[in-house]
Amino acid sequence: MKLPSKELNKILVRRYWADRVFRLCAVTMLLITLGTLAALLIDVFIDGAGRLSWPFLTSFPSRKPEQAGILSALVGTVYLMILTVVIAFPVGVGAAVYLEEYARRGWLSRLIELNIANLAGVPSIIYGLLGLELFVRAMRLEESLLAGALTMSLLVLPLVIIASREALRAVPPSIREASFALGASLWQTIWNQVLPLAFPGILTGAILAASRAIGEAAPLITIGALTYIAFLPDSLVAPFTVMPIQIFNWVSRPQKGFFEAAAAAIIVLLAVLLLMNAVAVYLRQKYQKRMNL
Amino acid sequence: MWITKNNLIRTALAVGLLLGAAEAVVAAELIKVDGSSTVYPITEAVAEEFQKKSPNIHVTIGISGTGGGFKKFCNGETDISDASRPIKPSEVDLCKENRIKYIELPVAYDGLAVMVHPSNTWATSMTVKELKKLWEPQAQGKIKRWNQIRTGWPDKEIHLFGPGVDSGTYDYFTEAVVGKEHSSRGDFTASEDDNVLVQGIATDPLALGFFGMAYFEHNKDKLQLVGIDDEKAENGNGPVLATYENVVNGTYQPLARPIFIYVSTKAAARPEVREFVKFYLNAGRPLVKEVGYVALPDKVYDLVLQRFDKQVLGSVFGGKGSKVGVTLESLLTAEAKAQEPQERSLP
Repeated sequence: MKLPSKELNKILVRRYWADRVFRLCAVTMLLITLGTLAALLIDVFIDGAGRLSWPFLTSFPSRKPEQAGILSALVGTVYLMILTVVIAFPVGVGAAVYLEEYARRGWLSRLIELNIANLAGVPSIIYGLLGLELFVRAMRLEESLLAGALTMSLLVLPLVIIASREALRAVPPSIREASFALGASLWQTIWNQVLPLAFPGILTGAILAASRAIGEAAPLITIGALTYIAFLPDSLVAPFTVMPIQIFNWVSRPQKGFFEAAAAAIIVLLAVLLLMNAVAVYLRQKYQKRMNL
Repeated sequence: MWITKNNLIRTALAVGLLLGAAEAVVAAELIKVDGSSTVYPITEAVAEEFQKKSPNIHVTIGISGTGGGFKKFCNGETDISDASRPIKPSEVDLCKENRIKYIELPVAYDGLAVMVHPSNTWATSMTVKELKKLWEPQAQGKIKRWNQIRTGWPDKEIHLFGPGVDSGTYDYFTEAVVGKEHSSRGDFTASEDDNVLVQGIATDPLALGFFGMAYFEHNKDKLQLVGIDDEKAENGNGPVLATYENVVNGTYQPLARPIFIYVSTKAAARPEVREFVKFYLNAGRPLVKEVGYVALPDKVYDLVLQRFDKQVLGSVFGGKGSKVGVTLESLLTAEAKAQEPQERSLP
């Protein structure tokens, strides 16, 4: 059948229109997302920028909103993140290496895989309840930094495992084959060839997991992380608080000054988050270059 | 090789050091406080001043709510529990089960303010009976318009706001107004965060709600207070407003309540805890007002101090939860008299 050119033209015009409409829709969605984020950020900066100062970072919380500072919460958050990564990273990477490189494909490994994927979606407060019973009560760690870090490690472990497995899978099989061909054992191949190549991906995953943990308050409140602490943790079993809890507390106070302090604390939290992501990007760039050689 | 042997050893050392630090003995004395968010600002203020004076004693404060705080306290996990109502029978039992003995110490008064939107011209005052009619469980789904509470009020919907049912504030309000603790209609907007309630009432011309008066003090421009009339001449005639004066002189009834700290006897045997509690009841007096609550009369603070010195156990309210319309002074004086013969002092 031959279409008259007029008819054909009509169809074409309609198609181009559909194309334009779809493009407009996509751009609108993007603008909504970015707009919401921008509105939130601008609002926080307007409320909190004036409150940001060196004393704010170096003072303990206070009943006087204008004197209240974020020091104990900031230090608590940094310690907690470091500890969490120290605990979750080796365990997570180890599990991923086993699943990717050693485990035989079968119903068992599929079952484990399914469970890990499910764990990643478990609400964070459930991990808090587990941490409360296991670490705080059964292991008698009380409401300590270590109990908090162990709970947070459980929370981010599935993310670390999934990211590490993706990274390991992205290493081309030819690398492994070449290594075997030269007589290297499986262990030598993993340690000297596969892991270095997968490292940027693993690292990115770990830092993204830590970025998720940094904003969590629910599991820590569940295990009993405290609200008022006017000293710095001096050991792994010392009590601690973190920034989201401090922000939550300030937002629920009647005095207006505490709103500003909360907004300023949100800016500090965002800065820490940004810094962590920047480190992730930097490390990835650095190691990726080596991989491309 | 990308991970050198040196690097590996260094990492191992760092991890070892971190774990070793866990073994280090905590040098400072630690006092653990947890419980009500209502009492929190007072305890925070006292802890702040106390640590300026005794930097070697560390005080930590958590917010688990009055009920959550007692759960930890009766498990022996905390030294002091903040409470915005007296201990309940179920909590008394839990403490007994775990052999936790405690001393109950009132630290301040708090008034519950009933509030409406500033544009509300009709509800300038309400009687306790009207409040009961509005909040009792039977009102659910039935009392939905202002003119159902008092004839002459507009035929418009009423929107209710109140604290979450886990708070001591809710428990006290229901005891004082409905007559039964923890019993009210369920169809109101509840939030654990009082600022959410402030926002709710401030933006809804048909709203009515209640919460601690400290939140009203800081939002006077957005809210309007409702006078409360308990129709008892001895507490002043006519409606009474939730002000500091009326809470202290006892006319703001029944919505003024004492708030407490509970100290376990095990903790009270430690000198640093004794020092902190005494600081709370002496130097803490002016701080109570500063953070928006009503200080007890000096005479009552002295009775409370006496109660602590003598380690009088249990609750002056008999372990039955909130009690309405009693003055602390009369309860404590009666108790002090009864105690005199078998006076006990600290070991």
